[in-house]
Amino acid sequence: MGGRPRGDCGLTRIGVVVFPGSNCDRDTLRGLELAGAEAVPLWHEQGTLGGVAAVVLPGGFAYGDYLRAGVIARFSPVMRAVSAFAAQGGLVLGICNGFQVLAEAGLVPGALLRNRGLRFLGRDVRISAERLDTPFTSLVGDGRPLRIPIAHGEGCYFADAATLDELEQNGQVLFRYVDGDGRRAAADGDPANPNGSLRAIAGVLNVRGNVAGLMPHPERASEALLGSDDGLPILRSLVESASRAEGRSAAAAPVLVGAR
Amino acid sequence: MSEFRFAVNVLPKAGILDPQGRAVEGSLGHLGVEGVSGVRVGRRVELTVEAPTEVEARATVERLAAELFSNPLIESYAIEWADVHVGIAG
Repeated sequence: MGGRPRGDCGLTRIGVVVFPGSNCDRDTLRGLELAGAEAVPLWHEQGTLGGVAAVVLPGGFAYGDYLRAGVIARFSPVMRAVSAFAAQGGLVLGICNGFQVLAEAGLVPGALLRNRGLRFLGRDVRISAERLDTPFTSLVGDGRPLRIPIAHGEGCYFADAATLDELEQNGQVLFRYVDGDGRRAAADGDPANPNGSLRAIAGVLNVRGNVAGLMPHPERASEALLGSDDGLPILRSLVESASRAEGRSAAAAPVLVGAR
Repeated sequence: MSEFRFAVNVLPKAGILDPQGRAVEGSLGHLGVEGVSGVRVGRRVELTVEAPTEVEARATVERLAAELFSNPLIESYAIEWADVHVGIAG
């Protein structure tokens, strides 16, 4: 049965990695189901991905965030499989702590520093997709600001100036913090940029465009009941792209809304 | 085999925002302390390495310092070694 990307129900199968200390894995599984996928947990000790069509690294505090957020998770068996999957062009999305893990693993550029204000922040922010032609944003629509919560203490995006310029040139900036009117936030001292991220970067892509990380939590804004469903199009983009990647039309996949 | 005791000091690189250092510096006024600047907050990791020679032990620590204890994008490290140098029987 291994290596078969579709589950029994015919939906695209997407894996959510569970590290010790992950705490958004269930929300992410649920969000992916709402987005039309069959979502399955992947334990951090497993060295294979069971043939999933895409992988999500969820939020939380993997390995207690000891030493540096994400660094210990980086060396787990499942991350070797995730790195190999990414190297083959597989779609990988890291959310919050998952973004920190990807950055520590060098799968996306940059690093996440302590928030400039030092405080852990849990609140809604607004972000806007810089690109609408990626596997993670293809269904995001018109680029209007998305209202999505953050929940992190280390989310200040950092890379050196040369790297930042390169990211802009390559179109690797995926999301930026914006104000309610969609205007890009300043780097420092702007309440619209919650953590002081350089160039207001909230999410980035790798060069190849198949690995993405973002600090805000789309799964926490994946149905109206949660106060916003602005995050759902991000998850739906991933599911549709993964489905397309495995050679099947996403249109054929029924979208389960509110069903489980 | 011998045991070698090392310490690795990790600090945010010069020019990298260090909000913890800034917060510590900002608190000094409350203590009535003046004239202190350039506070940087990092971490220190101490470890014992068992190896045939000090050179080999040091190589292990170098690797750990560069790959695990520090993130080369944002942090620098310096290795110290303590003078504890214990030979183990066998």
